[in-house]
Amino acid sequence: MQTKRTTFRSYWLPYLLIAPQLAITLIFFIWPAGQAVRQSFLQEDPFGLSTKFVGLKNYVKLFHSAEYLASFETTVIFTLCTATLSMGLALLFAVAVDRMIRTSSAYTTFMVWPYAVAPAIAGVLWWFMFNPSVGVLTYALDVMGYDWNHRLSGTDAMILVVLASSWKQISYNFLFFVAGLQSIPQSLREAAAIDGAGPVKRFFTVVFPLLSPTTFFLLVVNINYTMFDTFSTIDASTAGGPGQATTILVYKVYEDGYKGLNLGSSAAQSVILMGIVMVLTFIQFRFIERRVQY
Amino acid sequence: MVENRPFLTFLAHLVLILGVAFVALPVWIAFVASTHDQATFLGGTMPLWPGSNMWETYRTILVDGVQSSGAPPLTMMMKNSLLMALIITFGKIAISILSAFAIVYFRFPFRVLAFWIIFVTLMLPVEVRIMPTFKVVADLGLLNSYAGLSIPLIASATATFLFRQFFLTIPEELVEAARIDGAGPMKFFRDMVLPLSQTNIAALFVILFIYGWNQYLWPMLITTDEKFYTVVMGIKRMSDVADSDPQWNFVMGSAMLAMLPPVLVVVFMQRLFVKGLVEQEK
Amino acid sequence: MQRSLIAGLALTSALVAPLAASAQTEVTWWHAMGGALGEKVDEIVAGYNASQDQYHLTAVYKGSYTETMTAAIAAFRAGEQPDLVQVFEVGTGTMMAAEGAVYPVYKLMEDHGQNFDPSVYLPAVAGYYTNTDGKMLSMPFNSSTPILYYNKDIFEAAGLDPEVAPETWADMEAFTQQIVDSGAATCGFTTGWISWAQLENLSAWHNQPIGTNENGFGSIDSKLTVNGPVQVRHWENLAKWQEAGLFKYGGPGGGADAAPAFYSGECAIYMNSSASRAGVLANTDFDLGLGMLPYYADVEGAPQNSIIGGATLWTLTGASDAEYEGVADFLTYLSSAEVQADWHQFTGYLPITTAAYELSKEQGYYDENPGADIAIKQVNLNEPTANSKGLRFGNYVQIRGVIDEEFEALLSGSKTAQDALDDLVERGNSLIEEFVEANG
Repeated sequence: MQTKRTTFRSYWLPYLLIAPQLAITLIFFIWPAGQAVRQSFLQEDPFGLSTKFVGLKNYVKLFHSAEYLASFETTVIFTLCTATLSMGLALLFAVAVDRMIRTSSAYTTFMVWPYAVAPAIAGVLWWFMFNPSVGVLTYALDVMGYDWNHRLSGTDAMILVVLASSWKQISYNFLFFVAGLQSIPQSLREAAAIDGAGPVKRFFTVVFPLLSPTTFFLLVVNINYTMFDTFSTIDASTAGGPGQATTILVYKVYEDGYKGLNLGSSAAQSVILMGIVMVLTFIQFRFIERRVQY
Repeated sequence: MVENRPFLTFLAHLVLILGVAFVALPVWIAFVASTHDQATFLGGTMPLWPGSNMWETYRTILVDGVQSSGAPPLTMMMKNSLLMALIITFGKIAISILSAFAIVYFRFPFRVLAFWIIFVTLMLPVEVRIMPTFKVVADLGLLNSYAGLSIPLIASATATFLFRQFFLTIPEELVEAARIDGAGPMKFFRDMVLPLSQTNIAALFVILFIYGWNQYLWPMLITTDEKFYTVVMGIKRMSDVADSDPQWNFVMGSAMLAMLPPVLVVVFMQRLFVKGLVEQEK
Repeated sequence: MQRSLIAGLALTSALVAPLAASAQTEVTWWHAMGGALGEKVDEIVAGYNASQDQYHLTAVYKGSYTETMTAAIAAFRAGEQPDLVQVFEVGTGTMMAAEGAVYPVYKLMEDHGQNFDPSVYLPAVAGYYTNTDGKMLSMPFNSSTPILYYNKDIFEAAGLDPEVAPETWADMEAFTQQIVDSGAATCGFTTGWISWAQLENLSAWHNQPIGTNENGFGSIDSKLTVNGPVQVRHWENLAKWQEAGLFKYGGPGGGADAAPAFYSGECAIYMNSSASRAGVLANTDFDLGLGMLPYYADVEGAPQNSIIGGATLWTLTGASDAEYEGVADFLTYLSSAEVQADWHQFTGYLPITTAAYELSKEQGYYDENPGADIAIKQVNLNEPTANSKGLRFGNYVQIRGVIDEEFEALLSGSKTAQDALDDLVERGNSLIEEFVEANG
């Protein structure tokens, strides 16, 4: 781990400085996480009146539950679709903006603001546009002969949450791609142009490979975003339905724990998710450290 | 641009205009919906152009609230959101800059342990451990309080990480010079680190304000008293009405107002925010 | 909750009425009545607060039934529970098993000297909430049963007799086919509450068991049995009718899309709680027809009687004696014939006491509103059998969710009716088992 070669010396000061953050982390993070681990071995009635130790039963049940396994699959599909769509569109827009000279900052402003929209509101907005009775998009699709029904069709519901989640995330990806594009030396592109490479070929042979660190970084961030931050988007639009078709892992933790009042199972799911996140953190961490040390 | 190709430039403009339209569409629809009255929606058609009911809608939600769907006046909820966002923003910046300073500029026993305890939270949002965190906050008697709304959300290491990354780029010579001058660590912090971190702090302000303002599940769980409802969670309550149609004009009007403060922050602090986000975050 | 609420109310009342502030005992009530019903609840509460000055009751709307119940349970675990909470009928099993958390209403009334006679309640209502010893554990408040609403204008446009409601499912199929074919509406019928209206009531209405041990009344350790031939046949039909455009699914839970589809004239027929009447009348201007639920004429014993839904009020433990005094006092006020008759007439919920029913008759309510007594007639059509007096299973709130999910799987074509109902029974039974284990 990095530090400064030159450091200050004090026996008590560093502890004092770090104490507030450490205290908050211990109380609101480590303690609840420990509680989750403990709870995952218990079975309790909803009111918390009787509790008994059941060992690994909550975990065993989870991995025998078709719904839980399906939720894994849903999470993977949702994550991949959202990441691909939002990164793909963002890259397209970034490449277009990169051609602009005078208008680029105006376009950027118009692209960036959805970053500030709450995921829950993004869900509400798209849910409204796809509402079966008053939705504009439902109406437009109907005119085109497609009978949209996210209440029934798991695919439609998935498209709805993917659109809402990607819509909000485009701005973030866009900014990083623009920065990534701007850091590519002009001389490289010119050299390729002199070699006779057209714009499309130039993009795929020169620009895109040079963007790969940005792309990889965004991939990790987007995976993390879709796995957790989209909770509110889903809750405000499909609420996990129909038939759990859009119930991603983090949604199920809430659904089973808060709505279903099955605290043992919810806790076990929390523990599993925390494990997954730690792996992701580790990957990102390695990457960040390298990126910074470049 | 490498060479001048009018067609490509035209295509780029086209793509961007379509992109901007795609990004703006949901908000336009929401705005239009907020300017019509409830009866417009019962017919089953959605207008695409604003109606005449705008002031009425906004006056109702801001001042009276939509009591029948359990939504208090929006001014109150927005005040709560603002307070929550500001506590989170300032709280997180304060504790993070201090702990990052300690981690980077000191060597002390258990430093690595403390580092890992803090950084293990880097990517774990509160949603993942929602039930036990709820219980802890309840045990501490913090339900229905601003402290309960905000402090648990401060427990994440992103800001600490950003400051740490930034401090590592501050030239060694500065510390050495400070030490030669006999300046203590806190003087160095005040005179060097804080001023140098200004841009970062400003950028973090934008990012954290948005993060705080946009919280949804956490306020929904821990507030049972409507005095503490925040605006983002309030919208969901308004859109869920049993046995009748949601009052779309009110729901969308509230959504517009709930988006406004963070969007304004982003637009007006765009340069700082972009710099902060792209150059430092993660 | 209590502390901050008192502080808040002290603050508001200090502004509004400085004199009345300190002496009153605060009582909180969480309920799930939104929209027009919520406004009526507020009116009742205001009436109660004005009727006496010893207690101040605050009613808080907590969202849907499920949200209200889970919020109350979470709050109980956190020690922040309200004094009184409205729990829908399917939560009854869970609440009954939570002996340490619930202050049974018969005991509450006894302890606080309120005159409480369970026999004044309609049997169909009281029976649902009485334990095996004949004691009433919660206070009936809003009970309803699903009935059929139809748009007479559309019937007329389709060439049907607007005064004749479909009586059997064969009628339903023929009528809706004619409606859709004639172009009078794009959808024949829709329904709220798939679980309650199209499975539980379907079973009771055809005298088919929903579960073992008298639908769970006999023991918490019971099994679901809703995958019988009548249920399979009905779900098969619903899927078929959906395919043919006769039926439109209104969404899970209460079916949020169903009401708008009926209001806007998209669907000609709508099945939902008798308490939806207030909303239907408020949101439509067409000529409204009412009818009983359809039945399959060839099923023996049909129609039997329909079962109730809606909610009762549960008192939670952990409050002070003074607060319980207030709760008991309010519950007595709430069950008075005047309040109940007014609530019944305004909302379409059943009059839960015989006195309220008689009072409504006396006031000429049913003469002025033909069809308003359909719900009462429907729940009282025959002497309830073991299959039609209600249902009581643990974890039933979650099972309701499973019912919706399996129904959605059926409609989306990924399962047959038999498979969907078999899976439903299997998943439901494992939820019941978990409940038995956790409470055993």
